[in-house]
Amino acid sequence: MAAQMAVPAPGATDDVVIEATDLARHYHLRRGLFQPQATVRAVDGISFTLAAGRTLAIVGESGSGKSTLARVVTLIEPPTAGGLRLLGQNPFDRNTADRRAMRQAVQMVFQDPYGSLNPRKKVGAILEEPLIINTALKAPERRERARAMLAAVRLRPEHYDRYPHMFSGGQRQRIAIGRALMLNPRLVVADEPVSALDISIQAQVLNLMMDLQQQFTLAYLFISHDLSVVQHIANDVLVMYLGRTVEHGPKETLFARPRHPYTMALMAATPRVDPERRIQVQILKGELPSPLNPPKGCAFHTRCPFARERCKAEVPALRPVDGRLAACHFAEEIAG
Amino acid sequence: MAADTALAVRHSPAPPHPLVEFWRYFRQNKGALLGLAVIVAMTLTAVFADALAPHPPAEQFRDALLRPPIWQDGGTTRFMLGTDDIGRCMLSRLIHGARVSMVVGVSVIALGLFLGVVLGLLAGFFPGPVDIGIMRLMDTLLALPALLLAIVVVAILGPGLFNAMMAVSVVVLPGFARLTRAAVLTELSKDYVTAARMTGARLPRLMFITVLPNCLAPLIVQATLGFSTAILDTAALGFLGLGAQPPTPEWGTMLSDALQFIQRAWWVVTFPGAAILVTVLAFNLMGDGLRDALDPKLKR
Repeated sequence: MAAQMAVPAPGATDDVVIEATDLARHYHLRRGLFQPQATVRAVDGISFTLAAGRTLAIVGESGSGKSTLARVVTLIEPPTAGGLRLLGQNPFDRNTADRRAMRQAVQMVFQDPYGSLNPRKKVGAILEEPLIINTALKAPERRERARAMLAAVRLRPEHYDRYPHMFSGGQRQRIAIGRALMLNPRLVVADEPVSALDISIQAQVLNLMMDLQQQFTLAYLFISHDLSVVQHIANDVLVMYLGRTVEHGPKETLFARPRHPYTMALMAATPRVDPERRIQVQILKGELPSPLNPPKGCAFHTRCPFARERCKAEVPALRPVDGRLAACHFAEEIAG
Repeated sequence: MAADTALAVRHSPAPPHPLVEFWRYFRQNKGALLGLAVIVAMTLTAVFADALAPHPPAEQFRDALLRPPIWQDGGTTRFMLGTDDIGRCMLSRLIHGARVSMVVGVSVIALGLFLGVVLGLLAGFFPGPVDIGIMRLMDTLLALPALLLAIVVVAILGPGLFNAMMAVSVVVLPGFARLTRAAVLTELSKDYVTAARMTGARLPRLMFITVLPNCLAPLIVQATLGFSTAILDTAALGFLGLGAQPPTPEWGTMLSDALQFIQRAWWVVTFPGAAILVTVLAFNLMGDGLRDALDPKLKR
């Protein structure tokens, strides 16, 4: 722990924690006895790298595959295709020496702080459980560590003996963050960690997460649909639509000039106080198409205000445009 | 707020022992305390039956058949609660019956609960063939009338009190298995289980430490309610000659044996019935309190 804390360089280090190449997760559904099996391509070819101390935000509507991506990255589900390298090793390979250590390197913070803490256990027990399972520490040492973690997530020592239901949503989420950090992970996957919280509490939890990131040089994979939150915490942004990357690049570049109509539409949907900064694009109409039967060509063409004939026929490749990757045939023209 | 929490920190003693804490919450429920008192009294009666009973439970007094209880015309101090149709002292039989009935109720429920919880956990944790196999077996057991099923089991094992208890355990088993499975499925979908998995918890830990404690509330209620079923079904088997064999004093058997005298001698039916009623009620009250005392959401 001390060694990790000694690297307080805010922002980038070249220490790659996780690398995903064309990661895919498909589900096969049986719709009926005599119907052919359907395939849902929940995640379909996502690539990214994430270094220690950096935050990658995954953005998209409900149903775009964000949470499935989280389940694959956290090793809950194996990918259907594509490669995942965690700390330079393949965590799903049976030959990988220390799979248990790899599991410990990735931890998760869940969306709903009311469901993610065991209601039968006291906070102390919740924090100590990872240690009981994975270490040989004695009870007094575990207690010490749990108390230190309570302090790190800015809870009081007397909270150790309380039950989760005695806490507010923000406090519960801080307990959940503390539990995720008990095993000194390198990567924390946060699945909409603040979207269930009051606006007034969101900033508090986000700031805590950012402080802890510096303190422990954590890499965050931050899943959200709230662009104002993403703008606050992310270094890089990856926008997903129906399981595919539509735009991927540094936060500043993306927010300054989105090059994909979907990104623009998401930004337009974010409320802004300053009328000068509002992006004038029509808000997205309709629902996300069924992932069972995605549109041909560019998946977004059914809802895209700029769609042309070519979009219906040809799948756009993810290509470098203006300092980021974008998957749109007309990325150069569209500049928001 | 901040000030008084700070105060509380300074004065807060070491956290109380879990049992002490449990007792503190249990104590607040007056009904549960009453239930507990009755159960303790029953248990003591059962333990010291030999010393408390005025007569041996099987001794027949041929000169005093169907003698009424003491406060009625014809009652004597010799038989406080009267005698039955072959002249056995009702009070002595009730006192000795407490022994049999308590043992029957407790062991039937304990066995049924244990097996039911294990089967329910397995069914909940292993969807697919295991789940389907266990649950269809439970459905089959539920589909048969309780008494018929018990008779079948006794017919296989042979008559006797112990085998009757086994049979009744099989009867109450599906209820526990179904309840456990339903609760397990609800809990498994919650994030705290995923979180435990991510920290590397293995199956036994997930089953018994993470999930099971969260499924307890309905099980406790079902267990205390099942206590009455256990006593009554065992009694029914005794009535059919498949359970407690005469002259074993057992409340249910006493009740069924004396049914024909209900018009002439109310006491031979009423007292065993009242004993069952009071015991079952006591267990239900205590179960209620137990469930509340064990629920952390009701703690402050």
